[in-house]
Amino acid sequence: MPKMNLSHMEASILFALCASIVLGLVTKRTDRERLMYGLYCFACFVGTLFGLGWLMYFGHG
Amino acid sequence: MLKLTKMASDNKVPVVTWLPVIGLAWLVPGGGHLLLQRRSRGLILFFTIMVTFLAGLLMRGAMFQWKTGDLFTTLIYCGGYLADLSSGILYLFTVWMGYAQDDVAGHVHDYGTKFLVGAGLMNVLAMVDAYEIATGKKE
Repeated sequence: MPKMNLSHMEASILFALCASIVLGLVTKRTDRERLMYGLYCFACFVGTLFGLGWLMYFGHG
Repeated sequence: MLKLTKMASDNKVPVVTWLPVIGLAWLVPGGGHLLLQRRSRGLILFFTIMVTFLAGLLMRGAMFQWKTGDLFTTLIYCGGYLADLSSGILYLFTVWMGYAQDDVAGHVHDYGTKFLVGAGLMNVLAMVDAYEIATGKKE
């Protein structure tokens, strides 16, 4: 079985994408609401990723 | 209170209506939606959960074993085991065919373990959604 080596960033983006798709699909009732909520979740994931990244960067000095 | 109880009993859906849906939704991610004729949603759920699970497997993520001990050990291992098990046939095939990895040190392995748990939890969400559709709580 081949091994996949993803960086933290790549793994986080892939997980954010998959989780956003599922969250958008199962929580809303219309296709438009699903799309918008999926995009919102993805933006929140990525925003948190960058926010925490910078926080750790400054935290470590 | 009496009114609420009456409403709940009026809305009671027979177990045979939703149990096969839940069973299939657990066994095959998105299968419950396919059974309920929600083809596009079922297929998207199937591929998304499959991609998450396969990514976890290819990153050599570990499958949790049922293990008890102190509170945190029990929470992490038993919770992780239940989440892994929620992936249904993906988990069963992985274990039966010997692809389940031991827990080894390394950040990529660690991401993989989280992907495997995440795939199971996504399938739990899909199962809840399929249940709500089967019982008429949702379109």
